[in-house]
Amino acid sequence: MVAPIIELQTVNKWYGEFHVLRNINLTVKKGERIVVCGPSGSGKSTMIRCINRLEEHQKGHIIVDGTELTNDLKNIDAIRREVGMVFQHFNLFPHLTVLENLTLGPIWVLKKPKAEAEATAMKYLNRVRIPEQASKYPGQLSGGQQQRVAIARSLCMNPKIMLFDEPTSALDPEMVKEVLDVMVGLAEEGGMTMICVTHEMGFARKVADRVIFMDRGEIIEQNTPNEFFSNPQNERTQLFLSQILH
Amino acid sequence: MADHQSKGAQSAPPRRLSWNDPDVRSVVYQVVAVSIVVMVAWFLISNTLHNLSIRNISTGFDFLGRESGFAIGESPIAFGPENTYARAILVGLLNTIRVAVIGIILATIIGTVVGIARLSKNWLIAKLSMIYVEVIRNVPLLLQLFFWYALITETLPGPRSAITIMPGVFMSNRGIKVPAPTDHGAFDLAAIGFLLAFVLIGIMVNLAKKRQDATGKAFPVYRAGLALLVGMPVLGWLIGGAPLELDVPKLQGFNFVGGATLTPEFAALLFGLVLYTAGFIAEVVRSGIQAVNYGQWEAASALGLTRSQTLRLIVLPQSLRVIIPPMTSQYLNLTKNSSLAVAIGYPDIVSIANTTLNQTGQAIEGIMIIMAVYLAISLSISFFMNWYNKHIALVER
Amino acid sequence: MTTATESLPPPTSTTGPIAWVRERLFSSPLNAILTILSVWLILMSLPPFIEWALIKANFTAATSQECRAGGGACWAFIGVKYRLMLFGLYPYDEQWRPLIATVILIAMIVVSTIPRFWTVILLPIWVGGLIAVSVLMWGGVLGLRYVEDTLWGGLPLTLILSTFGIAIAFPFGVALALGRRSKMPAIKTLCVLYIELIRGVPLISMLFMSSVMLPLFLPEGFSIDKLLRAQIAIILFAAAYLAEVVRGGLQAIPKGQYEGADSLGLSYGHKMGFIILPQALKIVIPPLVSLFIAVFKDTSLVVIIGIYDLMQSTKVALTDPAWRGFSIEAYIFVSMIYFVFCYSMSKYSQNLEKRLATGHKR
Repeated sequence: MVAPIIELQTVNKWYGEFHVLRNINLTVKKGERIVVCGPSGSGKSTMIRCINRLEEHQKGHIIVDGTELTNDLKNIDAIRREVGMVFQHFNLFPHLTVLENLTLGPIWVLKKPKAEAEATAMKYLNRVRIPEQASKYPGQLSGGQQQRVAIARSLCMNPKIMLFDEPTSALDPEMVKEVLDVMVGLAEEGGMTMICVTHEMGFARKVADRVIFMDRGEIIEQNTPNEFFSNPQNERTQLFLSQILH
Repeated sequence: MADHQSKGAQSAPPRRLSWNDPDVRSVVYQVVAVSIVVMVAWFLISNTLHNLSIRNISTGFDFLGRESGFAIGESPIAFGPENTYARAILVGLLNTIRVAVIGIILATIIGTVVGIARLSKNWLIAKLSMIYVEVIRNVPLLLQLFFWYALITETLPGPRSAITIMPGVFMSNRGIKVPAPTDHGAFDLAAIGFLLAFVLIGIMVNLAKKRQDATGKAFPVYRAGLALLVGMPVLGWLIGGAPLELDVPKLQGFNFVGGATLTPEFAALLFGLVLYTAGFIAEVVRSGIQAVNYGQWEAASALGLTRSQTLRLIVLPQSLRVIIPPMTSQYLNLTKNSSLAVAIGYPDIVSIANTTLNQTGQAIEGIMIIMAVYLAISLSISFFMNWYNKHIALVER
Repeated sequence: MTTATESLPPPTSTTGPIAWVRERLFSSPLNAILTILSVWLILMSLPPFIEWALIKANFTAATSQECRAGGGACWAFIGVKYRLMLFGLYPYDEQWRPLIATVILIAMIVVSTIPRFWTVILLPIWVGGLIAVSVLMWGGVLGLRYVEDTLWGGLPLTLILSTFGIAIAFPFGVALALGRRSKMPAIKTLCVLYIELIRGVPLISMLFMSSVMLPLFLPEGFSIDKLLRAQIAIILFAAAYLAEVVRGGLQAIPKGQYEGADSLGLSYGHKMGFIILPQALKIVIPPLVSLFIAVFKDTSLVVIIGIYDLMQSTKVALTDPAWRGFSIEAYIFVSMIYFVFCYSMSKYSQNLEKRLATGHKR
């Protein structure tokens, strides 16, 4: 049995009076690829944002790679170095070139020499198939290209875990595939622990080890993709699947 | 929030004090910041007290009760050298409020007209207002005040050869003389009628809205309101016996007697403040109107609303929301800028407090009075405007 | 293949000067009235003004009596007094120094408004420029005669007070803006108090305070000269307004930028220094220029505490008993100087705003 790399134990969170996460229990093994789905407002983004402390949980424990997320800044920094995140709206830095976006973290957080950071950056730009855009600014790229840069930016930090927060939902339909292809490539390579919040069920079928369904702040159901799609147990899951699969 | 954190703390291991705890850091930073401020303040205050004791200056506001011994050029309330410093400062405050209130009203009117004129289809009007705005905004207010003051005192003739603008109104280097209403009850009644008109307009707007809601018939609120504003004072005047005599200024010896005076100082200050602020208000109004998308005009026309209905029901409510915050800061600016009065000798609060602190040596108290007055005025204007802003924002939704 | 219908010239009633006049000046009865009214206004005011300012004006007179005789403007007054108005009491033979200082200051302002220079390079330019200006004005080194700052005056002083004011207020303003957005209540309260207190009172009261109270604040035996006191008041004043401008920029940065930086594990300093501030400051350059214009105009208030800026040296020029009563000419001349500076800066900042508004490309 492989040791868990992420553990969430009865995690709870409130926005004011609103209970967004209710008793979340989740164990992720090293190298596991998980897809999280559920209706909007179900707390799935909040959950993964708690994993790198963009949001603070108020009850329960989150343990990432043996380090518990507490109020300790050293732990938070350590975890953020190991966890990469890709956002719905890319969040690239518009005033920096693509290459500068990619090397900023390695140089200032990982303290790598500039040449090494640039070599790594070019390696990952090649991997997401846009090395020719290195000296452009994010605003000059299409949405799909920007998201691929964002993925490369996270990879440059050499993370053990990648979190994807609806990476394709802000994209025009014709650009979704180029981003998914990169994500599939990353998944098939193996070794990387991935948690993706997405509605791309094709992606889930293809690469996920496990699909998690959330609703109203709770994990309702989790299963292998095959079982999940062909034999959903909970009626809320059935309803959700019937709505998105038409 | 803190509540939920403590819930988490129950299940978490007991916390140790650590530099890596953001709460610890935050407390340390804040303690450091506050103690630096306190130390600097203590340093300054102890120095000040020491310096004051060397110079034998006693602190406190006792001097306010002493006889001022100076005269003030113009005052809305009676004032002479035998009155106290406190009363002198009150005169200054009233003078400041007088020029600020009149200035705000006039600047709003002129600024709005110019702002709309800049968007006029009429090429000449648009260009003229543009030139006005650009010139006024790009020359320091103080220079403009000096300019108007010099224009009045240096280029206008003396009272004996004063320019008669219209019968009873004279312009000379001693200021502008206008006829004033005599001390007659009819004029008080007219003033009451004017105030009453506002109450009646309020009632009428309410009734008209109810009637429109019930029957769908609109009532010409604007025309009726205007009629009330003009009619009520006239009615008051008529009831009072319609006196025709006014206190008209007459030349006697070297100067005028009777009538009301706009002193050169007041006239220059008011003129300068109004023209300057109007230039800024014009830009506020223009950008407020332009902030409303042209699509709104098109949509309203497509519904068949007339141009004036569109303006009143669609455009104005939206642009007011954009206009009010910068308008407020222009009002505040005008009030603060009225302190430039000291440069041309209009006895506003700054100028009188300045005279007081020079005479008594109570520098700290004098400056504290000035600052307290302006802070009070600024805060009350911004509170009022915030309240009004919320009010119209609510009405909109 | 289809051939497009040949495009025809529009009907003459919609083009040409007559149509232009009809469209732009007489499109409705109201517009016609307004046009006629404005033309009347122009005819009433412009010819007499031109007659006063140009036709009857005297440009060369040697005495004020001669100058006044024509009945028009006396521009000869400016010719006699312009050195005093522009440079104040600075030693006459050394006035090339404030002249060069003025040029340096203007060059610094111009360079700062060119987008290509919006990098760290501005920092050495400003520091170097301010040092060069100080050396030129004070002298005492490099074989330059020492000139006390009580003798400085005129346009260079106005420029010095405003540029030094903004430059030194800048870091304070940024710190105050960050403090006001801080989550730490004590720091936030301190910053809000400072900003709102300063913005609530007129600049004059700050100037009075610095000229009357600053000497009391200092330990016995210390003193700062009048010019420095005014400069401190202007810095304290500008910092509060700068803070609000910068805060506007900070608010315009989307939350995602903070999160992007956080997800990379950047520290607070790196996050602000590399990600947030560079973007926020770029957004606020147009309002910063407006603030600079405002400060530039407001430095004229130092007249009230008796400092020889452009305004005050003009007033001094007007007190010469041999040349009495030419205030209007002097004020028009000074207005034109202020206008040229402020107008060109504001036009430039409007252009900049338009350019920055089109796309987030660079």
